[in-house]
Amino acid sequence: MIVAKGLTKKYEDFVAVDGITFSVKRGESFGLLGPNGAGKSTTMRMIASTSQRTSGDLTILGKDPNKFGPEIRAHLGVVPQQDSHDRELKTWENLYIYGRYFGLSRKFLKAKIVELLEFAQLTDKRDTKVSALSGGMQRRLTIARGMVNEPEILMLDEPTTGLDPQARHILWDRLFRLKEEGVTLVITTHYMDEAEQLCDRLIVMDKGKIMAEGAPAELIKKYSSKEVLEVRFGSKNNAEAGQKIAHLGDRIETLPDRILVYSEDGEKILKQIHKMGLEPQTSLVRRSSLEDVFLRLTGRTLVD
Amino acid sequence: MSLINATVDSAIAIAERRRGKIGAEFYAGRGLVIIERAFLAFKTSSWAVVASGFVEPVFYLLAFGFGLGSLIGGVTDGSGHAVSYAAYIAPALLATSAMNGAIYDSTWNVFFKMHFGRLYQTILATSLGTLDVALGEIGWALLRGLTYAIGFMIVMTPLGLIPSWWGILAIPGAVLIAFGFASVGMGITSYLKNFQQMDMVNFFMLPMFLFSGTFYPLSIYPQWLQYVIESLPLWHAIQMERALTLGVVGWGLLGHVLYFVVMIAGGLFFTTKRLSALFLR
Ligand SMILES: Nc1ncnc2c1ncn2[C@@H]1O[C@H](COP(=O)(O)OP(=O)(O)O)[C@@H](O)[C@H]1O
Ligand SMILES: [Mg+2]
Repeated sequence: MIVAKGLTKKYEDFVAVDGITFSVKRGESFGLLGPNGAGKSTTMRMIASTSQRTSGDLTILGKDPNKFGPEIRAHLGVVPQQDSHDRELKTWENLYIYGRYFGLSRKFLKAKIVELLEFAQLTDKRDTKVSALSGGMQRRLTIARGMVNEPEILMLDEPTTGLDPQARHILWDRLFRLKEEGVTLVITTHYMDEAEQLCDRLIVMDKGKIMAEGAPAELIKKYSSKEVLEVRFGSKNNAEAGQKIAHLGDRIETLPDRILVYSEDGEKILKQIHKMGLEPQTSLVRRSSLEDVFLRLTGRTLVD
Repeated sequence: MSLINATVDSAIAIAERRRGKIGAEFYAGRGLVIIERAFLAFKTSSWAVVASGFVEPVFYLLAFGFGLGSLIGGVTDGSGHAVSYAAYIAPALLATSAMNGAIYDSTWNVFFKMHFGRLYQTILATSLGTLDVALGEIGWALLRGLTYAIGFMIVMTPLGLIPSWWGILAIPGAVLIAFGFASVGMGITSYLKNFQQMDMVNFFMLPMFLFSGTFYPLSIYPQWLQYVIESLPLWHAIQMERALTLGVVGWGLLGHVLYFVVMIAGGLFFTTKRLSALFLR
């Protein structure tokens, strides 16, 4: 559905997206994972045909966005990173007028709005001005709005940033349902749990480049070990302790606040550390995550 | 999700209708929905602002036309006929109110939408194009201009200020004037970055209102100043409206019409170009 080859975006001299190549298949849930400034939103806007690429090839549903902007956008549902509701209008009017922008009939929209308000759990806020909605409500309204034209591809730029955990889970649940209905999802996030939960396949981006590509489990397997032992010796002692235990496990990462030891069996490593006479203040064995993949690829953490 | 899309056109079908047509990359042929949006927002807006657009020219007419006019007596129109002072300035006030309404809608309103609230970004993420936005916003300004023009005519006609049947054409004339000013106004606004620059627009508007042959004939000015004023849009607007309401119709009218057609085309061209540069870059 989406094919990008050497896709590049420059703002004056600054290269925001640097020759990335990827493709998204129908019905899949595709992720762009990366820290702030990685170029995710810029990539999303180029796909959404609201930003012109500087160079490279991009086709969406076989069409070049430079030539078929309005036509491509009719197929897409866009959930921008920042909520941008029409503050002069009420909740239902926002959905209504957005549907009208696509040329949809009043009759169709009347029924659609009922359905979308239900979906976004905003039925009782139908006649409220959007400026009076909470952050989570506004976010859900943006997502509902993105679905008004029954898009084949739903583009979600950081859909849950700024939401509390409960609101996030509700949203994830909604997105699962959409995926089951066959909607192709393109999602950016800097939360690794979100990427693991929602994405069939993803690219890991950093500084405008693709660092890795694959299914979450595949990437973890390829770039990390099965388990991770996290130990903390206190911020002053971590560096020194890190050197002492450097030979343990497959690999270790020493961060300012903790040391990560990658291995197949975290408990075993912890025992070895105790045997060396070292006493970590806290220790935790967990499964490897995309966070570890990112750390391995870039030497930095996703969320700072 | 899609229980109800069997009988209605999908967004895709609607968008694909324009395939292959000229300008399909920036025009979806659906600028009317922008007017619909403006109307939804308008329902909750302040009626004081709306009413002032109508009341202002009426007040000018009362104060100058009848107040000052009683001291002055009459003036002569373009072909030497004597007319009352009120009938002389009434078409000028009509032209001016068409201009002011159009400028207000296309400058301040558009400036806020461009720089706050991301409205145009949102609209341009749908299957609309930049020319739809430009035409829709300008269309809304025209609709208001038309309403004011009709209202003003309703006041003027019973007062005997429209001696000629040609005067009916002053209403479409006012719409043409509003279209020209709205196009250029939106074009200029799309290039402005801050409030100081916006104030420059007002700085230019007031003297144009006062000196464009609104209240007295240009012949009292030195020749060079007459040339300057005759190059300004409001002068053309006033000449056109005055010729129509007083029924002094000649081929020269077409020159004024052409002046506005050029303003409309130029304004739309730059607005569309600039919106693309700002929001689709
Ligand atoms: N309109 C713009 N003009 C100039 N620089 C921009 C613009 N948009 C984004 N950038 C820069 O491009 C880089 C990538 O931004 P973005 O795509 O928003 O990243 P992400 O969404 O991954 O956080 C950032 O360094 C940002 O400052
Ligand atoms: Mg972003």
